[in-house]
Amino acid sequence: MKKLLISFAASAAVLFSMTAAASAADKHKICFIYVGSKTDGGWTQAHDLGRQQLEKALGDKVETSYLENIPEGPDAERAIERMARSGCELVFTTSFGFMDATVKVASKFPKVKFEHATGYKTAPNLATYNSRFYEGRYIQGQIAAKMSTKGVAGYIASFPIPEVVMGINSFILGAQSVNPDFKLKVVWANTWFDPGKEADAAKALIDQGVDILTQHTDTTAPMQVAAERGIKAFGQASDMIAAGPKTQLTAIVDTWGAYYIKRVNALIDGTWKSEGMWDGLKDGILTMAPYTNMPDDVKAMAEATEAKIKSGELHPFTGPVKKQDGTEWLKAGEKSEDGPLLGMNFYVAGVDDKLPQ
Amino acid sequence: MRIELERRPRLSKFFMAASPLIAFAMTIVAGAIMFAALGKNPIEALDAIFIMPLMEVWSLHELAIKAAPLILIAVGLSICYRSNNWNIGAEGQFIMGAIFGSILPVVFYGWQPEWLLLPMLIMGMIGGALYAAVPALLKAHFNTNEILTSLMLVYIAQLFLDWLVRGPWRNPEGFNFPETRQFAPVGVLPEIFSESGRAHWGFVFALVAAVGVAFMMKYTLKGFQISVLGQSERAGRFAGFSSRGMIWFSMLFSGALAGLAGISEVSGAIGQLRPVISPGYGFTAIIVAFLGRLNPFGIVAAGLVLALTYLGGEGAQLSIGVSDKVTRVFQGLLLFFVLSCDTLILYRIRLVFSGKRAAEGDAA
Amino acid sequence: MIIEAILLTIITAATPLVISALGELVTERAGVLNLGVEGMMVMGAVSAFAATAITGSPYVGVVAGIVVGALFSLLFGFLTLTLVANQVATGLALTILGLGVSGMLGESFVGQPGIKLPQINIPLLADIPFLGPLLFKQDLIFYLSIALVIGVNWFLFKSRAGLKLRAVGDSHASAHALGIGVIRLRYLAVMFGGACAGLAGAQLSLIYTPQWTENMTAGRGWIALALVVFASWRPWRVLAGGYLFGAVTIGQLHAQALGVGIPSQFLSALPYAATVVVLVLISHNRRMTLINTPASLGKAFVPDR
Repeated sequence: MKKLLISFAASAAVLFSMTAAASAADKHKICFIYVGSKTDGGWTQAHDLGRQQLEKALGDKVETSYLENIPEGPDAERAIERMARSGCELVFTTSFGFMDATVKVASKFPKVKFEHATGYKTAPNLATYNSRFYEGRYIQGQIAAKMSTKGVAGYIASFPIPEVVMGINSFILGAQSVNPDFKLKVVWANTWFDPGKEADAAKALIDQGVDILTQHTDTTAPMQVAAERGIKAFGQASDMIAAGPKTQLTAIVDTWGAYYIKRVNALIDGTWKSEGMWDGLKDGILTMAPYTNMPDDVKAMAEATEAKIKSGELHPFTGPVKKQDGTEWLKAGEKSEDGPLLGMNFYVAGVDDKLPQ
Repeated sequence: MRIELERRPRLSKFFMAASPLIAFAMTIVAGAIMFAALGKNPIEALDAIFIMPLMEVWSLHELAIKAAPLILIAVGLSICYRSNNWNIGAEGQFIMGAIFGSILPVVFYGWQPEWLLLPMLIMGMIGGALYAAVPALLKAHFNTNEILTSLMLVYIAQLFLDWLVRGPWRNPEGFNFPETRQFAPVGVLPEIFSESGRAHWGFVFALVAAVGVAFMMKYTLKGFQISVLGQSERAGRFAGFSSRGMIWFSMLFSGALAGLAGISEVSGAIGQLRPVISPGYGFTAIIVAFLGRLNPFGIVAAGLVLALTYLGGEGAQLSIGVSDKVTRVFQGLLLFFVLSCDTLILYRIRLVFSGKRAAEGDAA
Repeated sequence: MIIEAILLTIITAATPLVISALGELVTERAGVLNLGVEGMMVMGAVSAFAATAITGSPYVGVVAGIVVGALFSLLFGFLTLTLVANQVATGLALTILGLGVSGMLGESFVGQPGIKLPQINIPLLADIPFLGPLLFKQDLIFYLSIALVIGVNWFLFKSRAGLKLRAVGDSHASAHALGIGVIRLRYLAVMFGGACAGLAGAQLSLIYTPQWTENMTAGRGWIALALVVFASWRPWRVLAGGYLFGAVTIGQLHAQALGVGIPSQFLSALPYAATVVVLVLISHNRRMTLINTPASLGKAFVPDR
């Protein structure tokens, strides 16, 4: 009985894989590896929206597939290899922790192209892409300084990696450009995704007297808490307005779709090259959710800042900037290079926290 | 109608052999029903999960990679569970083994003798054993429940690793990203057949451990002690066996194997320490231990089957678009069916169709 | 009032722990060790959220959480009580299955904004300064948690049925000889544990964070198990222990927000380390443990035929 089942199943499998091969021949297969669930309301959802836009834009020319909830480590390597073997021409690996696994698989499959989000290792068939999230955080900082009556904001942070530290610094610099005495309290949740913990962190910050919340974690729980306690907050990665219609001021929305479309078009044209992309507001890889729940003058200021960042007139990390320990980091008028930002491991003055080292 | 159990005069040989097969068949049937309910073709889905991963060589290598830590940990746990020591903190011991084993390649990075792997593996075992010594000490001398202490220590180990790789052990050339240096080539566990795939020697360790434990249980006094104390602490005491000694032995032994699994995984499959090095191997291994009915060879088979559900679940997600949660559901179902079928080894099951609900007391 | 606000946060964090631990306490008092609390809790959370989303009434959600928790625990009961399977393994299987099944059932509800269980103000008492907002301007599940502590305490130590239940847990053989239906009582105790875990899950998805996300119990079921031992199988101590645990969890976040400068990982580990220490302190006192520990805990019972 068992044998029969196996042989039956095996023949079904052959049939199935044959039909799959036939339809794949004239389509370009584009694949995605997600670290979280595609409906997480944050980081992974933003990537999956990008994938859907890609499908919509290129229609019959592409076929996409994805694997979700892939843990970082050896499982990631297997998942990426599975993609490479299943006929994917271009594989997007969408979490920093997939970096080394992507590098390993890329060296094994030189004909397949890979793109890794937020990492720093490249190869002839491996490109990286990232977004200048900090630009949006600068605008948030300015809004926070205008909207806060107490002059203190709370920041729910995930892990002390450069990406997150950069965001915190950009936020406080934005705030200080409006109110030089603005303070920021940080709580490290040590998780990207734990609604309970994020909610508790939000409550703790509010109890400590902050009246604006921002988060670099992925669930909407902090937004819900802010709504309940009647303070304002910023969304992260996806537009979180549904969780706080009267609470969200704006959100940094990752809009990967445009980039995915551009890169897949390059692949189809044969012009795909390995590069390290780090784009921001002006390239549309990152957009601000509508400015809501704020007076018109604040909105006007936010829009003006956004325009200045887009035109290149304003760089959030422009001197004079002092580090938290009082030493000078950037001289007056000096703009930070990308290098120090990508390895950022210090706070600027005004952050009421000690950076975990 | 109700179900009554009747103890068999002796263990049923037939069901000892047949129970895992029946359980597996029941899981398949339940799985087929589940897929049908989800609107997927059950045959296609089952094929993707249980057959396809076995059809390609690279995928067999992946199976070995995934099964190695599960088997290694579960073999150690079987000793604990047979002697009634409920170590469920293998995940923490796995992590501590990985940390201890990584001291040489990370802290003493410049020191790269040819034989570096040997002390790494030994230190990994020591690390795991030391971490298991905590619940052992607390149970043996303070009478503290080891289920809970070993579990609490898992969370502490995870956070400790997290702190290490973000703090003192962070790669100085890694842009502050949370990971240690890549181990030097002398610190990397080699692949077994490197031309066909990346399975490393961890799988061999797992098989050796299984054979070793099988030998110990069958031919040594220690093995006899384990079974006697496990069946009845009183009987063991009359025989002059120390249950306190057994707590120490079984916990340290399983801790050492979990630690070995940890360092093998880190030096073989990952090549560096990262904030998360295990997708819950220490917990899944508990299922493996029970699926294998605490028998070393059963555990090897069970470890392979569980590894198959991981690989297959992933394949099915890709080929027919079923949810990745299917893997867990299958694991849970399989364990449930095995546990229920195992009842048949010790008992005969009778359905009693009697109208009057006899009190359990006078059902004799 | 910052202290009041912090206490409120602690109460919210502690309530699911207290409820699920109380359920497990009753189960364990009957001599059954169910390690599947996490699985039952997460099933309760998903069904409560789903029922609320479908009917629009969070009260229906609460009922759904309780019912599904109890039904799910029956699976455990059938295996361990009827088929005398190993309780530790079956409990773990229940957790794994619960996490998987809830993830599948809940997929379509991820990201949907939830409806929060409304606050119920108790007239007059709610106006007491300080205590009013803490204890009398709460939601249904909080009131239930307090009622459960009182009820379970009364049941175990003051009622005849509770005496029987404890007898079953202390020595199923003698209880059986006295004509007590061991298996039946244990089934009821397991189901009570499941219902409580389900209710605790409902608190998570309807009050704590009114949304559904996969694995949203995030290990709370395991903490509940630790609490039962921590409390040495006494209901009032479960309440105290739950609040203490909540206080440590919330306290570490405040310590961070105040900028204490200790690595956050160490602060996050504090609640777990504290549990270990307390477990040791409690179990060190052998006499006290022996009085309260159900002697037949985790042992299977098959009536001789």
